[in-house]
Amino acid sequence: MELELRGITKRYGPLVANDGISLSVAPGQVHALLGENGAGKTTLMNVLYGLTQPDEGEILTGGKPAKFGSPRDAIAAGIGMVHQHFMLVPVFTVAENVTLGIAEAGRAGLLDRRKTRRDVAELSHRYGLEVDPDALVEDLPVGIQQRVEIIKALVRRANVLILDEPTAVLTPAETEELFRIIRQLTGGGTSVIFISHKLKEVQTIADKITVLRRGKVVGQRTPPATEDDLASLMVGRDVQLQVSKDPAQLGHVVLDVAGLMVRGEHGGMPVNGLSFQVRSGEILGIAGVQGNGQTELCEALMGLRPTAAGAVTLNGRNLTHASPRTRLRAGVAYVPEDRREDGLVGPFTVAENLVLDMYDRPPYAAGINLNLPAIRANAMERIQEFDIRTDSPGSPAGTLSGGNQQKVILAREVGREHKVLIASQPTRGLDVGSIEFVHRRIVEQRDHGVAVVIVSSELDEIYALADRIAVMYEGKITGFRDPDVPAAELGRLMAGGADSTGVPGAIVEPDGSITVDITAPAPDSQEEA
Amino acid sequence: MTTPPPATQPSATPPPTATEDARQRQPRAFGDLLRAAIQENTFTITVLALFSAAVIGGLLTAFTNTTVLHAWGGFFSAPGNAIAQAWDVAAGTYVALFEGSVFNPHTVSALFQQASLSTAVHDGYLSAVFNPLSETAVQATPLILTGLAVALPYQAGLFNIGGQSQFIGGAIMCAWLGYAYNMPFFVHVVVCVIGAFAGGAALGWLAGEIKARTGAHEVIVTIMLNYVMLYFLAYVLSSHSMLQAPNGTNAITPPITSNAHLPLLAGTHLRINAGFLIALAAAVAVWWLLNRTTTGFEFRSIGANASASRVAGMNVERNWALVMTIAGGLAGLAAASVILGTDFTLNPQSYGTYGIDAITVALLGLGRPGGVVAAGLLFGALHAGSPGMQTATGTPVQIVQVLQALIVLFVAAPPLVRTIYRIRAARARGVSTSMSKGWGA
Repeated sequence: MELELRGITKRYGPLVANDGISLSVAPGQVHALLGENGAGKTTLMNVLYGLTQPDEGEILTGGKPAKFGSPRDAIAAGIGMVHQHFMLVPVFTVAENVTLGIAEAGRAGLLDRRKTRRDVAELSHRYGLEVDPDALVEDLPVGIQQRVEIIKALVRRANVLILDEPTAVLTPAETEELFRIIRQLTGGGTSVIFISHKLKEVQTIADKITVLRRGKVVGQRTPPATEDDLASLMVGRDVQLQVSKDPAQLGHVVLDVAGLMVRGEHGGMPVNGLSFQVRSGEILGIAGVQGNGQTELCEALMGLRPTAAGAVTLNGRNLTHASPRTRLRAGVAYVPEDRREDGLVGPFTVAENLVLDMYDRPPYAAGINLNLPAIRANAMERIQEFDIRTDSPGSPAGTLSGGNQQKVILAREVGREHKVLIASQPTRGLDVGSIEFVHRRIVEQRDHGVAVVIVSSELDEIYALADRIAVMYEGKITGFRDPDVPAAELGRLMAGGADSTGVPGAIVEPDGSITVDITAPAPDSQEEA
Repeated sequence: MTTPPPATQPSATPPPTATEDARQRQPRAFGDLLRAAIQENTFTITVLALFSAAVIGGLLTAFTNTTVLHAWGGFFSAPGNAIAQAWDVAAGTYVALFEGSVFNPHTVSALFQQASLSTAVHDGYLSAVFNPLSETAVQATPLILTGLAVALPYQAGLFNIGGQSQFIGGAIMCAWLGYAYNMPFFVHVVVCVIGAFAGGAALGWLAGEIKARTGAHEVIVTIMLNYVMLYFLAYVLSSHSMLQAPNGTNAITPPITSNAHLPLLAGTHLRINAGFLIALAAAVAVWWLLNRTTTGFEFRSIGANASASRVAGMNVERNWALVMTIAGGLAGLAAASVILGTDFTLNPQSYGTYGIDAITVALLGLGRPGGVVAAGLLFGALHAGSPGMQTATGTPVQIVQVLQALIVLFVAAPPLVRTIYRIRAARARGVSTSMSKGWGA
């Protein structure tokens, strides 16, 4: 089915969220909508899905004008939507969740479970969407939950599928799977509207790319378009995707992690005898597939999770069992992985968030009293310095965009006196402009002689920032490499491949040298100890 | 109102933000429900909730009155009479409530009928004018203090249902200090008030510490402590070797010595006493604590996002124990205001329904100190006016409880009020701004 949008305009008060947007999607085509957060992508899709009505413009399906008063109309017209946040009932099975989306009931108003199960199985088979119809949704990984959403749409005979930021929650492998599914779908004649702000993905999957900026279509491209081209269209100025940096000026060892072992929430040892050193003026990038103990490592380094064995030393000071506050005071700056959950207090103002770990020290406090003018002055200064886009320092931090929230955290953490910066997934979910900003600031920290640890599952980020790369697999470092190492080699290490020495018992020292411990029967011997 | 609110931030896309926030606000547990109710409330909604409750309360008053029902029996012969009767009863009830709690014009005319002002003052006619206000203040005092004992932990993310146990803890301490010792006038009352604070604080600390150490839910812990303290009180009041008054079988303590009474504020004819000032001072202190101190910063931060607070180096568990200790102390002060201010003795019914009323007051006060004072005064007025209302109109005093329940019902269900008055949902943004600014903003 041919879908066309003509001159869609949607206003919210003085804000024009969509300004005369026109685009058309041919059958079997993947049409990517590219734009930064707030460019109007989601509003446009809400219009298309009948969630809001446009002020001007029309939607045409198969050449005929259509009016979508509610999602029900849109569904009837063959449009399916997979929201960024899944609309699934966790305690229901896959089949039950699919049934929920079907309007018609069987005879006597009864739900035909057997038919739904059959439909699910049939669709799974046809599009290679393997899902067990009887599995409880809450037990499924995110990638599979997304498939359930896709099946929900397909069961309703959707022939235009809208995917809103579908890869935001997926691991690289899951993303690959999703792309395979999308290709199968388009092969069967289904059109896909793929909303994203990730240039690489859009390049890979799209047949046609429409770039939105501030509610307007600013350009259309067909791959292969260059990334720089797309990025500058999106941001509205030239963007430096590659971080330019001078060679690292290495200093003394600042952070020394030796034989660290950390227990997991459900038992096990997610961090299992891990060692590394970071020098002043150096960025160590810890690469690895998500879920190999990175989260636990960061939490242990911050004292949020007890250390079972090993030692953490900062400039010769033993911090192995120190509290989070002691570590912060000792000079650890920390950018957590989950910024909404661990980095910010959403209802707190930007000003309050900017002193979240300094509120009880001068000049922000005098005795037990808060010094509100000082807190405000600090906020004004940081907002200026880090270009935080907010109405006022008094706005709740939860209302800022992801990029600005990250700027608040970064501004706070590097605003303190610090010797080491630990940043976990520092640009996850951020748009191109913010990524550039955050990367530049991190390199700036390094140049000021701070020891920086970046934990990231995005290889691009590791390559862009790291002066030295450590690969983490199942709680251990499987190897240290220089940043010019080929991606294939990193990929091998990330998948748990033995270090290139190939010798059992070989230990890669934090400085990159290799020693072989002949007495050790296997590298896992620490586990029994 | 069908036009969307103006978006002030050009980078925000309003609809997804609104839905996301709604997702986060989905109440999951008991405490979350309270949180959701408070967060969705605005001043307008609260006022409309009060108004709705008053209307329904008026209808209930009218249509439970036998005269009115009789008149409505003959509705078709004299419809005007039926409606007038209903109006008279409902209006009369509210007028009587007002006269009993704020101002009664009859007392003024009585005052001016006296020969001279000095005899009028001496015979208590002037006091009679201010008696309704005095009674409202007396009734409001424990409500404000226990209300603060709920509102303060609420700001730190805890739901304190243990007002009753903490009240009893404070009551036992100040009653014992009050009758068993003889101290000079000012010293004695101060010692008793501090004792009440300590008694309540001990119970609050216990609940907080249990949560901090074991992770037990504070709702369960405080409810269970309520029972523990209820039976403990009955026990100490039934043993002569403990608190029971000698030479008697009644479960009651000996009377508090007069040196330990809270000083009266407006002469011997009026019951208003220093307890009311303690309540107001406590509200100001709680506001200052929350908004102007590092401790309050920690409380609010932990209440809003415990996880981020931990990352920022705050000791979440220690703050739980601390906030519950202070809250318990506030409930203990409420006990002091009752035992040392009006009752002058402790019996197994002294704790009344303050523990539960406190939740209502905190809810109506939107969990903020200023709001708690206002809500406490409102409920205090209802309590103060109800006896006079029953005498004047024959409306049973229980209607006040119904009214109170209706207020809570409407306040607890903002969507209901919004539906009735067709108000658009307040944007999460605006609500949280007003929350974070606190009282006086």
